[in-house]
Amino acid sequence: MELLCPAGNLPALKTAIDNGADAVYIGLKDDTNARHFAGLNFNDGKLAKAADYVHQRSKKLHIAINTFAHAGAEQRWNKAVDNAVAIGTDALIIADLGVLDYAATKYPDVERHVSVQASTTNIEAIKFFKNNFDVSRVVLPRVLSVQQVRQLAKSSPVPLEVFAFGSLCIMAEGRCYLSSYMTGESPNTVGACSPAKYVRWQETDKGLESRLNGVLIDRYQKDENAGYPTLCKGRFEVENNVYHALEEPTSLNTLGLIPELIKMGIVSVKIEGRQRSPAYVEQVTKTWRMALDRYQQQPNNFAVEGAWMNTLANLSEGSQTTLGAYHRKWQ
Amino acid sequence: MKFSLGPSMFFWPKNEVTDFYQHAKDSSADIIYLGETVCSKRRELRAKDWLSLAQEVAQDTNKQVVVSTMTLLESPAEIKVLKRLCDNGEFLVEANDLSAVQIMHELKMPFVAGPAINCYNLSTLKFLLKQGMSRWLMPVELSGDWLKIILQQAIDAGIRQKFECEVFSWGYLPLAYSARCFTARSEDKAKDDCEYSCIKYPQGRQMNSREGEQVFVLNGIQTMSGYQYNLINEMPALDEMGVDIARISADSTTAFIQLDNFRAQLLNPLRKELDGVAECNGFWHKIAGMSVA
Repeated sequence: MELLCPAGNLPALKTAIDNGADAVYIGLKDDTNARHFAGLNFNDGKLAKAADYVHQRSKKLHIAINTFAHAGAEQRWNKAVDNAVAIGTDALIIADLGVLDYAATKYPDVERHVSVQASTTNIEAIKFFKNNFDVSRVVLPRVLSVQQVRQLAKSSPVPLEVFAFGSLCIMAEGRCYLSSYMTGESPNTVGACSPAKYVRWQETDKGLESRLNGVLIDRYQKDENAGYPTLCKGRFEVENNVYHALEEPTSLNTLGLIPELIKMGIVSVKIEGRQRSPAYVEQVTKTWRMALDRYQQQPNNFAVEGAWMNTLANLSEGSQTTLGAYHRKWQ
Repeated sequence: MKFSLGPSMFFWPKNEVTDFYQHAKDSSADIIYLGETVCSKRRELRAKDWLSLAQEVAQDTNKQVVVSTMTLLESPAEIKVLKRLCDNGEFLVEANDLSAVQIMHELKMPFVAGPAINCYNLSTLKFLLKQGMSRWLMPVELSGDWLKIILQQAIDAGIRQKFECEVFSWGYLPLAYSARCFTARSEDKAKDDCEYSCIKYPQGRQMNSREGEQVFVLNGIQTMSGYQYNLINEMPALDEMGVDIARISADSTTAFIQLDNFRAQLLNPLRKELDGVAECNGFWHKIAGMSVA
């Protein structure tokens, strides 16, 4: 099972490879990918360097072109595909049907992976992508339980990749307009959720307040840790009850599922976090490498070490982790 | 322009659903969509009940009836029901997931690409046409300008007559889908033990900011807009750019009145001031969806 790590810049990419990633995924420096943040991602020069670094070490490079092409601007997305192929990417991660069609027609020999943003959650949808674009991998959204992933893995004509660790999208990816409803910008259109330019922090008599485009997302008392106001992780009111109505600040962590994921034939585990620092990428990659190697060595008495869990919890939102939708009770 | 009554996204008791569609028969809608699009655990009406309801409406009226299908499908059992609905042999089907597109293509039957099919550009639209799409409802987060570009490109490409264009024009917007049931969570229950709690909230549960702003509506695994989307002032613009159908979303408040109001607006446009704390039209104007332009 491949360990696929995120990189938002060259230092993070090198760190991921040096610490045991089998493959890294990156995005271009524009709105063609779902982590379109200031100061992040790769221009043409950096792209070539990234490819060289990865390929010299016999690892794989995946390039995410996974937002939806804007009306009349398909050229920009197609050009991104051209650039990625030109520097020798090993795989293209795509969500838009038009862009997939372009890539499959023009570059039939370059692997196409169905992005998580394409919301592929069942066998018929997988068949759709297989039949039409001959894709070689589908990245599953974080909405399926372990049982559902197992069922799909059994019947899927295409190998499957799952999310293993990182920030937890609780909505079916590619099908969430909460961010554009509040700010006008969404992952699908601009490649960002709850964009930083709409965030405001303010100390008030009632506590420290975080707002997104003016809407109060959360209010913290002195003893509480304040987190980034991702809009689905704030505290809201439902009939006088104030709570995390959608989700708490928490990160996904599936270390404990490693044996099951391997047994069911999942081909790749993906670490979320192209927006994270090289130091973060280092710690997460190292921990996951250790865990995967341990399983290879001792498949019958694999146990998750407390130290691994602590390391990962410390890197997590709200310093806590969850199995998310993999665990039915979470749902 | 025609007017459609979109599928009800809420969970209502069977007799209320039946009553609702009795009213719908007498309404001014030209097209009626019906079917469960949100949660497969909602079984007040099963596939066969939806289909017989569709038959009844079609028999008693000259309206076009379309069977709407689920958005987030995760299990073989859900796919089985989807296939049954797709292969109904009589009614046009609204696909809300690519699984339905796949099935309709195999059946060689036309389909409507519903709001949860991510068609953001002409290349995708052309691809869906090849699959058998006969009507397209653009993703609700897109703007009038965005639509205008695609429709003009379709004219330029000589394919505009190959599909009808429908726009979600009134009602609570479907914004997101999750594995988690937020209505169950609001009652401190897990989805597997939800006790069908959605049925207690015929218009969903309001989720407000701590300052009382109606941010979202919780509707099971679906999150909807807190405000009702209202494009009544944009009707002449929709008409002008060649939109074929305006969709009024089914709800238990004023959907039938809105159908009449929207039709009247087309004949005699009168600017309506929107209520900024209950209505919105931001998406159409390419600003925050919850705002009013």
